[in-house]
Amino acid sequence: MCLSIPSKVEKIDENNMATVDTMGVKRDISLDLMADDVQIGDYILIHVGFAMNKIDKEEAEQSLKVYEEMVEAMQAQEDSP
Amino acid sequence: MELKDLYEGFRNPQTIKSFASEIAKEAESLAEPLRVMEVCGGHTHTIMKYGLLQILPENIKFVHGPGCPVCIMPKERIDHAISLAKMDNAILCTLGDMIRVPGSKSSLAKERANGADIRALYSPLDIIKIAKENSDKNVVFFAIGFETTTPMTAAIIDYVVKNRISNVYFHINHVLVPPAVRAIMNPGKAKINAFIGPSHVSVITGSKIYEPLSDEYKTPIVVSGFEPVDVMEAILMLVKQKNSGKAEVEIEYKRSVTREGNVKAQELIEKYLEVRGHFRWRGIGDIPESALKLKDEYSYLDAEILFKDKLSNEEIDDHKQCICGTILQGLAYPQDCKVFAKVCTPNNPLGSCMVSDEGACNAYYRYGSIDNE
Amino acid sequence: MRTTDMGVLIMSNSVQLSQGGGASESNALVNDLFYKYFSNEILLKSEDAAVLQVNRNIAFTTDSYTVNPIFFKGGDIGKISIAGTTNDLAMMGAKPLYLSCGFIIEEGFAYDDLERIVKSMADELKNSGAKIVCGDTKVVPRGAVDKIFINTSGIGEVQAQNISSHNLAEDDVILVSRDIGAHGATILSEREELSITSDLRSDCTSLWSVVEKVLENNITPSAMRDATRGGLAAVLNEWADTSNVCIELQEDAIPVQNEVKGICEIFGFEPTDFANEGTFVLSVKKSDAQKTLEILKEYSQNAAIIGTVTTKRVGKVIINTAYGSSRYLDMPKGELLPRIC
Repeated sequence: MCLSIPSKVEKIDENNMATVDTMGVKRDISLDLMADDVQIGDYILIHVGFAMNKIDKEEAEQSLKVYEEMVEAMQAQEDSP
Repeated sequence: MELKDLYEGFRNPQTIKSFASEIAKEAESLAEPLRVMEVCGGHTHTIMKYGLLQILPENIKFVHGPGCPVCIMPKERIDHAISLAKMDNAILCTLGDMIRVPGSKSSLAKERANGADIRALYSPLDIIKIAKENSDKNVVFFAIGFETTTPMTAAIIDYVVKNRISNVYFHINHVLVPPAVRAIMNPGKAKINAFIGPSHVSVITGSKIYEPLSDEYKTPIVVSGFEPVDVMEAILMLVKQKNSGKAEVEIEYKRSVTREGNVKAQELIEKYLEVRGHFRWRGIGDIPESALKLKDEYSYLDAEILFKDKLSNEEIDDHKQCICGTILQGLAYPQDCKVFAKVCTPNNPLGSCMVSDEGACNAYYRYGSIDNE
Repeated sequence: MRTTDMGVLIMSNSVQLSQGGGASESNALVNDLFYKYFSNEILLKSEDAAVLQVNRNIAFTTDSYTVNPIFFKGGDIGKISIAGTTNDLAMMGAKPLYLSCGFIIEEGFAYDDLERIVKSMADELKNSGAKIVCGDTKVVPRGAVDKIFINTSGIGEVQAQNISSHNLAEDDVILVSRDIGAHGATILSEREELSITSDLRSDCTSLWSVVEKVLENNITPSAMRDATRGGLAAVLNEWADTSNVCIELQEDAIPVQNEVKGICEIFGFEPTDFANEGTFVLSVKKSDAQKTLEILKEYSQNAAIIGTVTTKRVGKVIINTAYGSSRYLDMPKGELLPRIC
């Protein structure tokens, strides 16, 4: 029930409903719980038909970068005799 | 960054491996074993599905928590749902797994097969549509969930009130994480010294709700995302806190969780719902101020009040062999249960931990058998 | 093709039940539709039974089709009724030859829909190389069936011996002919109450031509099966159990399209549980694995080697991850999606 998935906003209509895409599958969800302005192209978390929040792209990218560096360091260690 | 990076990047096998290696190093310095409770059933599911138990050191143990809103529902409340469904002209709506949970004699799924109009929804938004299409019927929403799902119910209440929809009623069973954590920690039996905080409860509430818990019990709490990389990173953060003597609330899930949370959602909840004095949790018993109800001025929407004469509040105990309650308190594991995987299976569940995707027994049954050999 | 005591009448563009309806109305349906699209000399003889000759061992199978919705992206109930049955024959190394076909149609079913289904069956017959040589039609009162159910039974000529779920051997390699789960995910996405849209298409197709190519290259698989109800998980568990072996899969080798992953994310399913109607699994000797893969790739780029047969935990299927953990892949529990094929 708490499982919620990141999806990309493709369209927003005048009733505050957005069409979102999750890996090629599209659904309509409500933006009624969002205070911030949601834009097309934003990544949002969906739960039972509602957007819960916007995913912070910078934080996500930052995390992924840190992971990449960690993996490189691990692989360098494994390669060194 | 593309959408698929948000999935793949946080499931990357090399990253998981790296964290396993970092954790192993850091865990060597632990003064005592780490007994970490992952509160949320979704985290239990991730841990089991990705086999994380197999790549973590021996001195890190998981204690599974009560964060499964279906699992903690006592039988008498499920019987409420069944009684409401059987009323004349009623359509009973609820989300997902609730349909299959056994009450004292039956389940919503069985009653549906017997002709009751019971709808399993993917979203409470569907209630409005159902109410409009069935204006001669009473649509009752059996609302369940932790703080993640409460705002969605509040949004529907808001719509019903603003548009004066006259045939929708609510049976509120929304519960709260912090009182549940207290109820588990206070007896001191579960011996938990760290917490993985729920991902999406925290998106709504903000991480601030865990600060009193961290202070009171002097345990570190790291709010983690649902992906396996998130859980591994959160464990590393917990081990590091332990090794430096800290007991703070930290956020691993920075891309989605802030300290304040979704204020609009919180305000919507506060407008229509308030904390109720008592609520019985399956296996744990009564936890004061752990659940919500409609505010008095909206009692005209409250199915518990309007249809009181159909609802019994007699407390019903679980099946004698079912130890879901003990598991939910972190005092036992599914394999400790005599009927686990023998009589009690997802197809024939004796207790709710087996029914729900977030139940520990369900997760162990689906993914865990290899760990038990 | 004979119909029964209840005649069949086509009235106002829908199939009707007609009390004491005579042969003339029935024949209209049979001639205008079935004979027209399924035409072949055996069928057109119009006898009580088709007389056939088969030179080698016969493979014989039957299946009934109740899929809902009846039309979906990538196919329809007609296409599945041909592909499904001819594929069962192909999986035993038998060239599909002759099919029977029984329709049970709900009164009021739209004639245009019936024609669309029959045409689709004719197209798939061409694909599979088989012919419908006998059949039956019943029209039943409203509510006795949901729109239309089809049964097809099929006869094939066995070209390769010893292909059996009993024959998996240690060190065999497991391959899959394309990405998994497309059919189940498509059906789920098209169930009306879910309001989702996607580019998903069922994988429904006849498999004899690719199987024939494998056999022609002197490869006799230990076993082959199309992964229909219960998906990859069901096939592999049945094989592990029947052959008394362990099957170990590499998780990241299992091909799954993004949209199928998307549906699984949203609804909490696993692609390995979803039905397929044009995807099959093979267990081949290690020495044949590469060549088999090359042949499969001519039909789909997503064909892949996904695992091996071992003796680690006999009777079980294990999924190994790239970061060092494992779990069992169990038989799917219960009816994931009713009326999937």
